[in-house]
Amino acid sequence: MFPELNSLLGAGTDTVERGKFTLLCDSKTDGSFLVHHFLSYYLRAGCRVCFVALVQSFSHYSIVAQKLGVNLSSAKDEGQLVFLEGLRSYTDLLFGDNPEAEVTNPLCFLRAGSDLKPLYSFVSAALAPSAGQSWKCPVLILDDVSVLLSLGVPPLQLLDFMHYCRATVCTQYQGNVVCLVHGAEESGDEEKELLRRSLSHQSQVILWAEGLSSGFCKEVHGQLKIFRGAVSSGKKRGQTQPEIYQYKIQDKHVTFFARGLSAAVL
Amino acid sequence: MAAPCHRGVSAGDDAVGTGTSFKRKVRGKFPAIPGTRPSVHNGQLLVSTGVPSLDHIIGGGLAVGTLLLIEEDTYGTYSHLLLKYFLAEGVISGHEVFVASANDDPTDTLQDLPAPLTDEILRQNDPKSTKEAFGHVEDSQDMMKIAWRYQNMPKMEALPILSSRFGHYYDLSKTMPLEMSAKSHRFFLPHVKPPNQKENVSEVTCNYNQLLEAIQRVVHQEGYDGSNPQKRPKTVLRVGIESLGSVLWGDDICSHERPENQHSLTRFLYALRGLLRTSLSVCVITVPTHLIQNEAITTRVRNLSDTVVGLESFIGSEMEANPLYKDYHGLLHVHQIPRLNSLISDVADTKDLAFKLKRKIFAIERLHLPPDLSDTVSRSSKQDLAGSAKLLSSGCGPAAGGQKHLDF
Repeated sequence: MFPELNSLLGAGTDTVERGKFTLLCDSKTDGSFLVHHFLSYYLRAGCRVCFVALVQSFSHYSIVAQKLGVNLSSAKDEGQLVFLEGLRSYTDLLFGDNPEAEVTNPLCFLRAGSDLKPLYSFVSAALAPSAGQSWKCPVLILDDVSVLLSLGVPPLQLLDFMHYCRATVCTQYQGNVVCLVHGAEESGDEEKELLRRSLSHQSQVILWAEGLSSGFCKEVHGQLKIFRGAVSSGKKRGQTQPEIYQYKIQDKHVTFFARGLSAAVL
Repeated sequence: MAAPCHRGVSAGDDAVGTGTSFKRKVRGKFPAIPGTRPSVHNGQLLVSTGVPSLDHIIGGGLAVGTLLLIEEDTYGTYSHLLLKYFLAEGVISGHEVFVASANDDPTDTLQDLPAPLTDEILRQNDPKSTKEAFGHVEDSQDMMKIAWRYQNMPKMEALPILSSRFGHYYDLSKTMPLEMSAKSHRFFLPHVKPPNQKENVSEVTCNYNQLLEAIQRVVHQEGYDGSNPQKRPKTVLRVGIESLGSVLWGDDICSHERPENQHSLTRFLYALRGLLRTSLSVCVITVPTHLIQNEAITTRVRNLSDTVVGLESFIGSEMEANPLYKDYHGLLHVHQIPRLNSLISDVADTKDLAFKLKRKIFAIERLHLPPDLSDTVSRSSKQDLAGSAKLLSSGCGPAAGGQKHLDF
């Protein structure tokens, strides 16, 4: 959790806004630090989190979260965190010799080539409210939805899935959804661009990490654009200007500053 | 010579033994594997790529469990060489090697590895030169008593053939001696039997599927995935795959006739990533990205790899004649450095890198203008330099900055 980003977003660990869909984008840089922020923020705030990690292994997230002051293993044991390790599930799916486990595998749609219903039922089951829980609100975090595109899921099915997740988690359970999509403007990836545009249309907050247009810099790692409100809802698009901050990622936290006000130049 | 070897072996014991408090704390998580070292940044276990300057650029080495993607130069000359360096480093460090190819027979590739430049290893393997070396040692003991401190140095024969040092240099004019061969697994596509058609089509394309199964078999059988507690490997598995994504693998990712094959390469890479992350193995893949027409696929392939470097050789390009590049054989682009177990990645200071190949070294260095040594520099060549300096878009000082040259 980066306190500076929290203050920029007006969020605190005491009260958590509910029913929000946050989209994280990146272009020409790696926006994964935003995922780590939201994971540790919601865990600290005492929310029940379902984390669908498709990019990295559990140990990676766990070690980074430890640096940010959150213990993922204990959160998992206490039942606060439900962690889906996509890499492991996919190799189990390909090389596992247990047909029964295959049916319950959340990624089994990749083998059957059907829709993403298994993954959706996994998510909704993980976040369904149950009696005797002290956690605040359910949160779904998806690290890199665009990986599913690379695995051959058609973008429309993916959008359906996201819509179901939003309807269930945001509206029905009054929770939050956070998801990361890699930017695709420069590469001309039409599917990814479609996904990003559609999701940004549905989201309340967009955090967009961009590499500097002037190229790589040691002191400034990129700029973060914060769009609030439904961005592409016609009327608001012209009115809401994005807030732009530059950032520098350090070992355990990220510093944000106004453009051109890096500590290296002042 | 022998010192790093001893240090490498005893590193695991230091943590257990009492010793002084002035020792570096070593976690006993991994048994000391020859040819590896922990990263100073994130504690990841690293292996060398076989090219020390490349190790330096990608953050000290290749982390075990990750994938290095080399985007091939137009004719594949240098990328193939990098793959050979990677395999040769594995042979010297005593790692297990898995070579997969659809073009050259992996047996030939393994026989054609460059010889290491470590003197003691060469002497060990060449009996004639060993004799010479002994004679030389005796002579020197008789004749001179200058270097007392060398008397207690370990003798040549005490050294193991395998060197546990991290990173070596190689002599391209010699091939690796035949006695030095690691345990190797080969996957040569033309020799692999076609699969019986029971798999459904929505899977990875058949050839990739077979390759994946072959890798998984090795990883599982040799115990690299830790499934077999009796068979705990003391080495790392190095997987080298040549020209993945070329048509020789039966890949038609860019064809519109069978759009379901568009995802075969990315699916394969994702599954491979999952395999590598859960095992003690490391992988280098060369991909002819210039043959993949669809930029979107290239980006996805990059996103699914960990470290991505691209080679751009000057062979056949107009840059070959450019005086700016006369010292180099090509440019090296670092596209991606992984963020492993940390928020930050070890990005090198400069992105302008060039490589040159000599007989005994594959050097990757910062691109800079060659010194102007000639007395009478003609104006035209200077202007060429200035033009190319602008092309490089790096600050080159006022001398080469513009058209106005002062001739004194």
